[in-house]
Amino acid sequence: MTELLVIDREGVDALISALIERGYEVVGPTVRGQTILYDTITSTGDLPVGLRDRQEAGTYRLEERDDEALFGYVVGPQSWKRFLTPPGTVFWKGLRTEDGFETIEHEEAPRYAFFGARPCEVAAMKIQDDVYLPVEDGIYTERRRRSFTVAVNCTEPAATCFCASLGTGPDVTEGYDIALTEVLGKKQHYFLAEAGTDEGREVLATLAARDARDEEVVKARRMVVRAAEHMGRSLDTDGLKELLYANVANPYWAEIGDRCLLCTNCTMVCPTCFCSTVEDRQSLDGSSAERARTWDSCFTLDFSYIHGGPVRSSASSRYRQWLTHKLASWQDQFGSIGCVGCGRCIAWCPVGIDITREVTAIRERDVRRVEVGVPAVKEVVE
Amino acid sequence: MSEVLDLLVDHPFFAGMTDEQIRVVAETGTVVSFKGGETIFSEGGTANACLLILDGDVALELDTPGHGEQVMQTLHAGDLLGWSWLYPPYRWSYDAHVHSDTEAIRFDGPALKQVAEVDPVLGYELMKRFTEMLVNRMQSIRIQLLDVYSTPR
Amino acid sequence: MSTQLLAEPIARPMHPVPCRVRSVVRELEDTFTLELDPPGGDWGFAPGQFTMLYAFGVGEVPISISGDPNDPSRLVQTIRAVGPVTDALTSVSPGDVVGVRGPFGSAWPTEVAEGHDLLIITGGIGLAPLRPAILHVLANRDRYSNVTLMYGARSPGELLFTDELQEWRSRFDFEVLITVDHGDRVWRGPVGVVTTLIGRASFDPQTAVAFICGPEIMMRFTIQGLQGKGVTSDRLYTSMERNMKCGIGLCGHCQIGPFFVCREGPVFSCAEMTDVCWTKEM
Repeated sequence: MTELLVIDREGVDALISALIERGYEVVGPTVRGQTILYDTITSTGDLPVGLRDRQEAGTYRLEERDDEALFGYVVGPQSWKRFLTPPGTVFWKGLRTEDGFETIEHEEAPRYAFFGARPCEVAAMKIQDDVYLPVEDGIYTERRRRSFTVAVNCTEPAATCFCASLGTGPDVTEGYDIALTEVLGKKQHYFLAEAGTDEGREVLATLAARDARDEEVVKARRMVVRAAEHMGRSLDTDGLKELLYANVANPYWAEIGDRCLLCTNCTMVCPTCFCSTVEDRQSLDGSSAERARTWDSCFTLDFSYIHGGPVRSSASSRYRQWLTHKLASWQDQFGSIGCVGCGRCIAWCPVGIDITREVTAIRERDVRRVEVGVPAVKEVVE
Repeated sequence: MSEVLDLLVDHPFFAGMTDEQIRVVAETGTVVSFKGGETIFSEGGTANACLLILDGDVALELDTPGHGEQVMQTLHAGDLLGWSWLYPPYRWSYDAHVHSDTEAIRFDGPALKQVAEVDPVLGYELMKRFTEMLVNRMQSIRIQLLDVYSTPR
Repeated sequence: MSTQLLAEPIARPMHPVPCRVRSVVRELEDTFTLELDPPGGDWGFAPGQFTMLYAFGVGEVPISISGDPNDPSRLVQTIRAVGPVTDALTSVSPGDVVGVRGPFGSAWPTEVAEGHDLLIITGGIGLAPLRPAILHVLANRDRYSNVTLMYGARSPGELLFTDELQEWRSRFDFEVLITVDHGDRVWRGPVGVVTTLIGRASFDPQTAVAFICGPEIMMRFTIQGLQGKGVTSDRLYTSMERNMKCGIGLCGHCQIGPFFVCREGPVFSCAEMTDVCWTKEM
């Protein structure tokens, strides 16, 4: 059992400072406009103190809390992929030379400390690790290896959350350097801290932390358990891959396609969606060029273009591609589903398409059941 | 055994038919041969037979003003040539030109129809084989229409 | 994540290697064959693999390798100009430099066909990715029973590698059947789609292996035609085409069902290409 420590808000500030001192750029939740976005922070004063986010299908609103909670909200539209594979990251720059061209090594990857990563987000990073690390792409791999993660367990899930049904939260079990649980009562406000790696332990050792008392641990754990019991949504993963493969021709996809605006929001906010495009650009005089990776989405028409036209032209086929990839073929490709239950795609869909409801709807309309269950000819005869 | 019957008993086109059925069909056929460059039939001519090609190459052509003779399709060993004898007005729709020396069995149209009328079971066997070949022919033409090798821009 | 892995060398899979163009042959109106100095001197590839070819500043596209797999001293690629990047790549002259990444992807399983009849069925530019397999098979001809090439083109003027086709036709151990969709005044060969050639090839449907490459519709009908003859899916292989941006299984564009075509493909056995993969707009 790892050592459990208790720190207060000053201790959290000290933690941020310690990470900065170790050379990390600390990025964490901040308020921008009416939204929580991830940005550079230097103290707890930069965090969305005393705010909560109300989320529902197609809805995201910040509200004042009546306390000074540092982490009284869940997730905004951004995820840490914003830092691990930033849109527009340059792979290399190149110069035209007498001898053709040459490519120039790109800049050193920054060292980020991800501060306040939720368990679902830590799980999402693990899922993206399975995508990127085996390939050594020269962007993600370096950034990821240099990163430090301070996770925060969830005690107040949003209505759009369903991590408990996927086993990706509300408590973080792996993939963190330090995990915090914020406990806020009428008279108390403390953070239970534990290290997940040697470096995390080293950092915690520099703080004025004391050992956690049993009742403090019990209280923190109870809050996380309660969070699991109060998830707004759930996703039934039983036989999910087989269900979706069997239903690729289900007419229900067309119904979703009628609602989907093809705006790509779900893929942009998804913490695991990794599809990208490679952009080759050149200077006006043609003397230099560069190659960059930008985010792409399977919802665009261009995405599946081969000479002559796109493979997936209908909205329904593009939604099917997204959902079937995320929940079915992802399992064949990477051994897990590509969803962590963060609920972002539900909240940020302008028309409120809800992945959990759509899976339920396909389950109810499972073509396998219809085929076996309804002997159409016999019914007519009788 | 007649020469035609000899050729028909082992021909894949008649596989599955009884010896007696094949014998009856063989009686309507004669072996014919054509030299390269010859014309087997011409557009508008009276259609009163079909040919099961045993060897050689035959082109179905259509003469179009300004374009000359255009080859629509070529037929080879195993293919059946000619459908117009089945239905009025019994006129050929294309020219059939021999590309290379060709040997075939020519079935007399009216006789073959008579055989089918008298023995509907045999008629059905023949019709199954004709329609299969027609469906294949039609599918080929459909793919041809798609122009799958064109360069889209 | 800890920092102990920092010392590892940093991979550069997205960096193209500059390669000099040795020669450019115009095959057709819009199709060219480039011979390049291979990246880093000698190199190897397997028949059916492709590279990502880069025109400086313009962009990069996947192009199948059309050269001889037994000759590691040259990289040969046949390109049809269908867009800005392929336009740029086909406008090069000897001495120019293009960028190369690869080779990528799966190969025609020439070893699976050993001891059996082999059918190579192709249409249009699809002959290019099959040419390395043909050269390999002809170089090891004694390992195969009947070998038949069935090649369909739009018209006689759009047949690729015509000199080589002549040479292949003159061999007694290689049946070369060619058909065109539209004949012309001088064409005396077969007119009709490539599937009409299947009936003219001699092969044992119980054991024959087929390599199929061409437009997807042509491949679907060819598969049907061969299945109708009794060739089972596990002995049918196709090369699939999808949008590719990275070639290394990261950009996500080339997915068909569970597969990244750039990594698990482009050559697939029809047994792995399940109904899900052939679903419309998949």
